[in-house]
Amino acid sequence: MSREEVIRIHHLSKTFGKNVVLRDIDFSVCAGDVTCIIGASGSGKSTLLRCLNLLETPTTGEVYFHGQDITKNGIDEAAYRSKVGMVFQSFNLFNNMTVLDNCMIGQIKVLKKKKAQARESALSFLEKVGMAPYINAKPRQLSGGQKQRVAIARALAMEPELLLFDEPTSALDPQMVGEVLDVMKKLAQEGLTMIIVTHEMAFARDVSSHVVFMSDGVIAEEGKPDQIFNHPRNPKTTEFLSRFMRG
Amino acid sequence: MPQDFLGRIWYILDNNWMSFLTGAVNTMIIAIVSTLIGCVIGFAVGLVQTIPLNKKDNPLKKGVLYLVRLILNIYVEVFRGTPMMAQAMFIYFGSSAVFGINMSMWFAAFFIVSINTGAYMAETVRGGILSIDPGQTEGAKAIGMNHVQTMTYVILPQALRNIMPQIGNNLVINIKDTCVLSTIGIVELTYTTRSVSGALYTYFEAFSIAMVIYFILTFACSRLLRMWEKRMDGSDNYDLATTDTLAHTSGLYKYTGREEERD
Ligand SMILES: Nc1ncnc2c1ncn2[C@@H]1O[C@H](COP(=O)(O)OP(=O)(O)O)[C@@H](O)[C@H]1O
Ligand SMILES: [Mg+2]
Repeated sequence: MSREEVIRIHHLSKTFGKNVVLRDIDFSVCAGDVTCIIGASGSGKSTLLRCLNLLETPTTGEVYFHGQDITKNGIDEAAYRSKVGMVFQSFNLFNNMTVLDNCMIGQIKVLKKKKAQARESALSFLEKVGMAPYINAKPRQLSGGQKQRVAIARALAMEPELLLFDEPTSALDPQMVGEVLDVMKKLAQEGLTMIIVTHEMAFARDVSSHVVFMSDGVIAEEGKPDQIFNHPRNPKTTEFLSRFMRG
Repeated sequence: MPQDFLGRIWYILDNNWMSFLTGAVNTMIIAIVSTLIGCVIGFAVGLVQTIPLNKKDNPLKKGVLYLVRLILNIYVEVFRGTPMMAQAMFIYFGSSAVFGINMSMWFAAFFIVSINTGAYMAETVRGGILSIDPGQTEGAKAIGMNHVQTMTYVILPQALRNIMPQIGNNLVINIKDTCVLSTIGIVELTYTTRSVSGALYTYFEAFSIAMVIYFILTFACSRLLRMWEKRMDGSDNYDLATTDTLAHTSGLYKYTGREEERD
């Protein structure tokens, strides 16, 4: 493959006290890949994503970002995080700011952009997620789906090289799930590199270039979506998928 | 001197309004300035108490922070745990007796009330910071903000809003409690009231006036602060930045793939 490797996870493990949550995780993501991580609740998907942008410190193992180990001491974590965005299940929009300010603050304070420039780019990303009309609203005045679209715009405004999504639609009412998935699908088509933890199996099947199935803190199976969803090899995968595809 | 109560009140006011005014002004100056300084101290202490530490930090940083926190804890406990009047005596008279420092009365007054307010505010601010959803911090970290930026732009503005009622409370308490400063000779409202009543032997009337003045001051302050809180909250609704409000109505469109999975 000629595409550049963006991130590589190497023998990563994470324990909380005596509780081993992730064990020997190994996989890599190339530019333009859309990797979906699926698996039952408690299998360690969130912990893995949080290790990737250092919200949690991996216990052992390394994470290489463009070949550089970012779990080493002395790495500028903030600078690294400005290149790897994250969209949370609970949105985590800044409650004290308007929609527009949410999308500008990082550009101004972290990327040191001029205000006018930041505003212009914030507007264009809000436009992209269909939230441009709401620039003056505060997060508490928006629906869940709208909040999540703003959160995506906020992450995009940093122009990240990799965007992580942790169950971005799990906190949404069913009728709002579609609007968020639509936006994400558009981003996938534009070639944004993404790692997405999701329970939306149809979405994972249609959008991803690679699927990782996690079970009890290990990668039980990974491969192309067609292989995972239509010809799973691991009985655990079959069992997990049957619960989702039923009915 | 008139015989009836209201007449005497009027008489006292007529002859001593300047004293009452001076007393009230001094009370307010000490209360407001000290509350502000106390808030600054409280924010500083609260911020130090909430600096996150992680395993990777070097031992020197951990050691220094541990020591500073210990000292700050002692400060908070001692000043919260002893009466302000005793502190006033201790600091004002003690500083000259033991250390030979001659504080000016006014400096001592601001110092004592500020440091007291600071001790209370430290815990309030710490609680205010801890009460903000950790998701806010994670959201800020995720776009690459460092701890100082996260605090400055995201956490503190929200914490400040949440503790505004407590700040108001402290101001009201300070307006009343400056009266203990009369023991070190500050001419605040209680001091002037006492001298007025002592001269004419009209304690009841003079302190009735003082009570009314205190109440007006505290009530006005709490109302003003309430109004300020409202302003901080901003408007309850927002304008759509387009005339075409139907352009993006959320929840109307669905990701089509979802239908298939139910088939
Ligand atoms: N901060 C933490 N401290 C202790 N245990 C944790 C912590 N975070 C997650 N866990 C545990 O790790 C396991 C995996 O959690 P998580 O990564 O959230 O799973 P998932 O996202 O797949 O549902 C769970 O058993 C959870 O209880
Ligand atoms: Mg999770």
